[in-house]
Amino acid sequence: MENNLKKVDIIFEVDEKVSPISVLDKTLKRSPDEIILDLIDSGLKGRGGAGFPTGLKWKFARNEDGDTKYVICNADEGEPGTFKDREILDKVPEKIFVGIAICGYVVGAKEGYIYLRGEYNFLLKTLQKKLEIFNNELKQRNFDFNVYLKSGSGAYVCGEESALFESMEGKRGEPRNKPPYPTVAGYNSKPTVINNVETLVYTTMICHIGPEKFKALGTTDSRGSKVFSVSGDTPIPGIYELELGMPLHEFVNEFGDGDAKAIQVGGASGHCVPRKKFNDTIIGFEGIPTGGSMMIFNSTRSMYNVLHDYLEFFTEESCGQCTPCRVGCQQLLKGIEAVKRGERPPAYLEDLKKLTGTMKIAAKCGLGQSVGNPFNSIIDNFREEIIY
Amino acid sequence: MSTTEVLVKELVEKNGRTRNSLMPVLQGIVQKENFLSEEAMLCVAKELDLAAADVYGTASFYTFLDTVPRGKNIIRVCKTITCHMKGKDEIVNTLSSALKIKVGETTHDKKFTLLTANCLGWCHKGPVMLINDEVYPDLTPQKAMEIVEEYSKSTH
Repeated sequence: MENNLKKVDIIFEVDEKVSPISVLDKTLKRSPDEIILDLIDSGLKGRGGAGFPTGLKWKFARNEDGDTKYVICNADEGEPGTFKDREILDKVPEKIFVGIAICGYVVGAKEGYIYLRGEYNFLLKTLQKKLEIFNNELKQRNFDFNVYLKSGSGAYVCGEESALFESMEGKRGEPRNKPPYPTVAGYNSKPTVINNVETLVYTTMICHIGPEKFKALGTTDSRGSKVFSVSGDTPIPGIYELELGMPLHEFVNEFGDGDAKAIQVGGASGHCVPRKKFNDTIIGFEGIPTGGSMMIFNSTRSMYNVLHDYLEFFTEESCGQCTPCRVGCQQLLKGIEAVKRGERPPAYLEDLKKLTGTMKIAAKCGLGQSVGNPFNSIIDNFREEIIY
Repeated sequence: MSTTEVLVKELVEKNGRTRNSLMPVLQGIVQKENFLSEEAMLCVAKELDLAAADVYGTASFYTFLDTVPRGKNIIRVCKTITCHMKGKDEIVNTLSSALKIKVGETTHDKKFTLLTANCLGWCHKGPVMLINDEVYPDLTPQKAMEIVEEYSKSTH
């Protein structure tokens, strides 16, 4: 079978001759505005899932007045099926630190933070040691910037940026209303850039290789490459950096076990794509965007169980402050159970789909707003498995 | 002063006397005492000049900040989809019958608490469990048993 899947090695590449700190030295000689222009030109969009243009985010924060600004690395990777940030934190942490420091230089911040999910506490000691070395390097360069570590305590919703700020401020991890956006009022209500782990490494690498090389990868809407977390029914689960904009069928040819019936793209809060749509689905911002999670289900799997698992997850992880999400998640879960038991007619699924529409409009944050993604894509494509 | 009071004072000295220090302080207590007792939370409230309800509010939000007594070793088996597909039920059942406790319970000798957790970020190496901060991927029931036995021997 023909395969055009392009593997890339930018994130994990270790070049003995070019240390991450030398990239910082080179970059600090340029003006912040030049760096922003390069990032905008590169087309880099956030790799955590939401896909906001990184260069613009930095520009907004730079344009804010005020002496106190922050840079935060969102390492609260909790989306089911996603584990690439852990690998990046483990293998190439210096590239992350440099990305944070470059951002600090660009926006005019003096403090950077890494918010590490509690489930990754086993990385704390090593990261702390490496950070001390890095902070020392900055001190030697008379660059007034420090990076600190903060630890989470097991709450998926804290991956939502404003919930993460609340958590760092010692509060319940309940998302805030937006606007104001973080670049205006983030951590401690000060202008804050918050980027995903992988995004920050790409900023370092774009400063190193230049926007042209990055831009040459991917498609017009989805520039560059992306680290994918591949799991489920595959003979080769793991972490792969691939060019963005690939057709899903090429991905399945490479990673499937020959019996793939559905791919969950983007984790539990993403979309479920059935086999019949593999050919015309693009992985990228023009098709289905993803934080990198690709879960493969083969024909032995019950999609009812898959959806049930997701809904249990969201019911437990909903922070509970807004009714559409708190009650909505519970009712979706109870609803499919009732249909399965025959206590509700199949048509009840249509009512539940309407409920996800309400949640999309009325829920306060991305958690409640996106539950409809897996729900509707699984109900629409595997309806009989949900009912019988 | 009780040991808890001493611990809280130490943590507050180290992390600072502000609301922003609340998480690291609570995390530090859990690290030492396995859970947040009423005494500990009241003590934190006093030291950081917060309402006790505020401290409890924050603590009760987070899965890893337990407000009920836990064992010396907290086992968290990942129950999310890929670990489910790779056999987490067998792992949970094996540990449950070996330790003679159900999920959510603590052994009589207070050595182990058995819990399940949402996605631990090891979907390519499931099933997986955490024991305290340590991670154990690629589990089989046999392997899980051996690991827990090791903890059992080294915990007094």
